[in-house]
Amino acid sequence: MDQILLQILNGLDKGSAYALIALGLTLIFGTLGVVNFAHGALFMIGAFCAVTLQKILNLSSVVLDPTKTDFLGNPAKVKTPYVETWFGHDMGAALIDWSVPLAILFSIPIMILIGFIMERGLIKHFYHRPHADQILVTFGLAIVLQEIIKQFFGANPIPTGAPDAFKGSFDFGVYMGFDPNAIIYPYWRMIYFTFSLVVIGAVFAFLRFTTFGMVVRAGMADRETVGLLGINIDKRFTIMFGIAAAVAGMAGVMYAPINSPNYHMGMDFLVLSFVVVVVGGMGSLPGAVLAGFLLGILESFASMNEIKSIFPGIDQIIIYLTAIVILLVRPRGLMGKRGVMEE
Amino acid sequence: MLGLNKRDTSFLLIVILLTMTTPFLMQPFAENSPLAQFNGGYPDLMAKVAIFGIFAMGFNILFGLTGYLSFGHAAFLGVGSYAAVWMFKLLTLNVLPAVILAVIMSGIFSLLIGWISLRRSGIYFSILTLAMAEMSYRLAYSVLTPLTNGETGLQVRPNDPRILDSATSANYPNLFGLELSSSYHWKVLGHDFTFNVGFYFCAVIAIIAFYISMRIFRSPFGMMLRAVKSNQQRMSYTGLDPRPYTLAAFVISGMYAGLAGGLLAAMDPLAGAERMQWTVGGEVVIMTILGGAGTLLGPVLGAGAIKYLENIFSKINDNVLDGWFSFLPDTVREYVVWFFSRFTGEGWALTLGLMFMLVVTFLPGGLVEGGKRIGALFRRKPKDDGDDAEHPPHSTPHVAE
Repeated sequence: MDQILLQILNGLDKGSAYALIALGLTLIFGTLGVVNFAHGALFMIGAFCAVTLQKILNLSSVVLDPTKTDFLGNPAKVKTPYVETWFGHDMGAALIDWSVPLAILFSIPIMILIGFIMERGLIKHFYHRPHADQILVTFGLAIVLQEIIKQFFGANPIPTGAPDAFKGSFDFGVYMGFDPNAIIYPYWRMIYFTFSLVVIGAVFAFLRFTTFGMVVRAGMADRETVGLLGINIDKRFTIMFGIAAAVAGMAGVMYAPINSPNYHMGMDFLVLSFVVVVVGGMGSLPGAVLAGFLLGILESFASMNEIKSIFPGIDQIIIYLTAIVILLVRPRGLMGKRGVMEE
Repeated sequence: MLGLNKRDTSFLLIVILLTMTTPFLMQPFAENSPLAQFNGGYPDLMAKVAIFGIFAMGFNILFGLTGYLSFGHAAFLGVGSYAAVWMFKLLTLNVLPAVILAVIMSGIFSLLIGWISLRRSGIYFSILTLAMAEMSYRLAYSVLTPLTNGETGLQVRPNDPRILDSATSANYPNLFGLELSSSYHWKVLGHDFTFNVGFYFCAVIAIIAFYISMRIFRSPFGMMLRAVKSNQQRMSYTGLDPRPYTLAAFVISGMYAGLAGGLLAAMDPLAGAERMQWTVGGEVVIMTILGGAGTLLGPVLGAGAIKYLENIFSKINDNVLDGWFSFLPDTVREYVVWFFSRFTGEGWALTLGLMFMLVVTFLPGGLVEGGKRIGALFRRKPKDDGDDAEHPPHSTPHVAE
């Protein structure tokens, strides 16, 4: 029992990332009808927002301190981050420590801006082109974004730590009435999961309970009629693209402490999140979220030693295998709507 | 000749001529001239152009004719490589059996994958092939290690059985004793032309592959494939089932990919799982689109252009750029060199991505369409062309939805 719970928990953090990316992909697909192969790159850029903010906060003034000497006997260089000189030592240190959560605030405007530029500058011109062209041009864009990041940040993963308060693990099992040390779970993963639930909830609430969201939902159902009612639906869809980009970016920011950001993490997640979208059903938001968590959990179950000993290698391919089976057996996906992208 | 009409025969002859003279064409500059860095006449590069030309030609039979966009062709390339290296290990280092087995194995593999993924079309097909390729790649890395040697890659070792080879026979891939890596240098007028056995072997196979793809393009079968692309529904209303045709196209293109994989292994007897990664499949997509999908020569041109430019761009480093911009004042030059070095050397992939985006956006027909447009600029227009401004002729979209 505790094993099962452990695997479910282990699957949640990856599942959250899948769900967030797939949610953004589905938002873009549902509103604009564009298959965005560059969405993984947006996730990656989000992660690098965290890296950038950490670097900015760590910018330091270097002062020679004659009272201390290094091992050669020269005066030691003392690095003081500017934030510490500006806000005092404690406050500055706390800011640096909390750089990843702070990066969320930093990333939202950046990601929305990138989303706007992408939609207005490039994708706008592809609405009336075949889906294959949309795939190809966003695939090209993904390569370009990834290479730009590689040029500025190098090819190596950059470790980006969580705040000290959330480093390490806690004994989750005790709270649930299991034996101590049966289920040890890292704090940050719990936070990632909670965060993703909040973001997903916020997106759904936004679509459900605001006038703006209502218009967008109406536009998803019948774009032309909404346009005929005198509503500038294109503008709202552009904003939705920005929101989708921001969701992917935030997913990336928070993922940075789990997996050190590197330039190809976007491509790695892209394939998987597409698979997630297809399993959930093209154009279905709840489907994307459900499939994201399901596949994440499935993946972690498949990596159990007991299962690996029966089907060697199953942990590597379980997601793809599931997707293939679902596509063949239930082409619409788990919660796909009738008539959306059915050939 | 050979079942082709007059125009196609001359087209084929031109292609043969161009292929056979590649060592001259890709080595236009003298050895000591400052432009020598633009020479591409190395056996390795020329053979790669031929091999990836074959790969792209095969992909074009599927994507160009039927409009099915597959991202999973790297898997067949990988299967071909593994099959060829196993043949080297078990039977003989002669390349012929290896290449033949590579084609057969990839054919079987693509039949299996095509049978499954062709049940769906459009974006679902793309994602299915993507998932299949990624799955094969992961399996090749993990469980199939006894077959693929995992991360190290499959290599030819001295203690392999090689039952057909005698103790005295060559230790490198050869064609009936003629080593593929051996080449003949012809130095004339300061030029250094290299004639490599491996390249000519690949080139001959590439020509045969080109001939076959030409026959397919001109055949009733090719017409059926075009019908699949333009309107599948109408095709089934006329009582024709599109699936056997698309499956056949898929298998043929898979075999082309396997052939390319086998040749890659023949040039360098090593097969690794990274050849199966989906980004390699993405590369062949880029090649085909860049050259011109649905045209005969386009994919080969695209493969050649990308492999050549990759080689050239990767060689341009800061020093070379400094030399080029030496006429600028120092402060300006620093920035100019910094800017251009983003796109050269390590930054080649960035250039490729930008180039690809531009082509998809502005030139959906690729290099071939670009050539045609430029040609049309210089040709005098006949008067009754119907080419008036109000009703421009619609260009057919190069892919089906």
